[in-house]
Amino acid sequence: MKEFKMSPKPMWNSLGDIPMGSSCPSFHITDINAGWRVFKPVVDLEKCIGCYRCYFVCPDGAIHMSDDKKADVDYSFCKGCGICAHECKPKAISMIKEEK
Amino acid sequence: MSDFAFLSGNEAIAYGVKLSRPHVIAAYPITPQTKAVEKLSSFVQDGELDCKYMHVESEHSAMACSIGSSSVGARTFTATSSQGLLYMSECLPYASGARLPIVMMNANRSIATPWNIYGDQMDSMHVINSGWIQLYVEDAQEALDMVIQSFKLAENHNILTPVMINVDGFVLTHTYEKVEIPLQEEVDNFLPEIQASPHLMSDDNKTSMCISAGNQHYMGFKVKQHRDMFKVFDELKQIDNDFHKAFGRNYGSAVEGYQFEDAEALLITTGSVTGTVRVVVDEMRAEGKKVGVVKLRLLRPFPAGDLVSKISGAKAVGVLDKNISFGYEGTVFTNVNSALFQKGASLKTINFIGGLGGKDITKGNIRQMFQTLQSGEGETVQYSNMGCTL
Repeated sequence: MKEFKMSPKPMWNSLGDIPMGSSCPSFHITDINAGWRVFKPVVDLEKCIGCYRCYFVCPDGAIHMSDDKKADVDYSFCKGCGICAHECKPKAISMIKEEK
Repeated sequence: MSDFAFLSGNEAIAYGVKLSRPHVIAAYPITPQTKAVEKLSSFVQDGELDCKYMHVESEHSAMACSIGSSSVGARTFTATSSQGLLYMSECLPYASGARLPIVMMNANRSIATPWNIYGDQMDSMHVINSGWIQLYVEDAQEALDMVIQSFKLAENHNILTPVMINVDGFVLTHTYEKVEIPLQEEVDNFLPEIQASPHLMSDDNKTSMCISAGNQHYMGFKVKQHRDMFKVFDELKQIDNDFHKAFGRNYGSAVEGYQFEDAEALLITTGSVTGTVRVVVDEMRAEGKKVGVVKLRLLRPFPAGDLVSKISGAKAVGVLDKNISFGYEGTVFTNVNSALFQKGASLKTINFIGGLGGKDITKGNIRQMFQTLQSGEGETVQYSNMGCTL
């Protein structure tokens, strides 16, 4: 599995170290938690236009924008909710059934 | 010179919003708030207000759009009431948790069933734990002025918390009074353009709208949000003082008292009923009775210290609640008793529940409450002007 550039786990000594609100870059605090995924989003890099829409709406911050501005999903975090596929305007994301 | 106009509470809100120059308004009409958003829509249509007006399909969407626009630093206003507020309620903690300075008018109205469009404060009490600052106003002038003050409060980088301005349905939204409309340049001086907080999104700082935080991090977010709410007391006091310097009006910040210093019997009120209580206080004072009123302008954060310092000298305190927390008592009553206990003050308190579904709270009803307080008799929780016996 691909190694993603993770944000370091924050160390908080006081309330002042906690971010103001819950809008943060992807992977900021999220825990690895993906065991119940049934369908996984697969990005067609030919169709992805790098619009960031999936990145904004992913409820787990599990989508990373790669250096060439394409959406890249970290499957260690993705729970398979499908919001990214639903919201993707160029229909670059497909939900594919997991093989157990 | 500022202008004077004969305005309803709804129109006063609309003028307050126009003067505050929001970038985005996203709202869905609902009685008794409709006139406020219609007026704002007209301002935008006629070119008097340079603002994106989003005609959304529901209150849930109104708040979702407000969250979107506020998350990129746009000054954002919305308005709702009653069932609309409840429909929106899933989104309210998203706005407060994301620390977005949205300002909303809530026209206080009853909750179904039975279906009823008239005023009480059951709707805002439903969402008192949503993380929004809750202000209650007494008249149309205060409604207009508090829109301007609320944007300044919400956008303060120490606060960054959305504000709900509660305006009693019909009693304020649909009655007319003489209102002073400040000049635009004076409001611009008092309320400059929004200074986007560093936590907001921009083209250079793209963020996920709502990260998840696991069990080791979530609680820290919530305690920070809670503790920052208490900063509202000092900031609101400063804003209210500055407002007085700029416009010649102020409102006593979180708690305002009238004839309270030497009062033996005090009534605690929220919103428009305060005006009626003031009249009764004047009448009873003329008869030599030591009565007074304390108006709670903020319910969240709850100004426990300020409140207790104003009421602890009384022999008996009544709390007028236009709501019921079913199975217990009025919500304001619970909060007042908790404040008294925390501050070590011990005095007789009685809960008067009244005005539900637009039921009148008359001068006679209020006089009866003061008489009950002076005699100290009767149940702890009483129902005013219910129209029948228990």
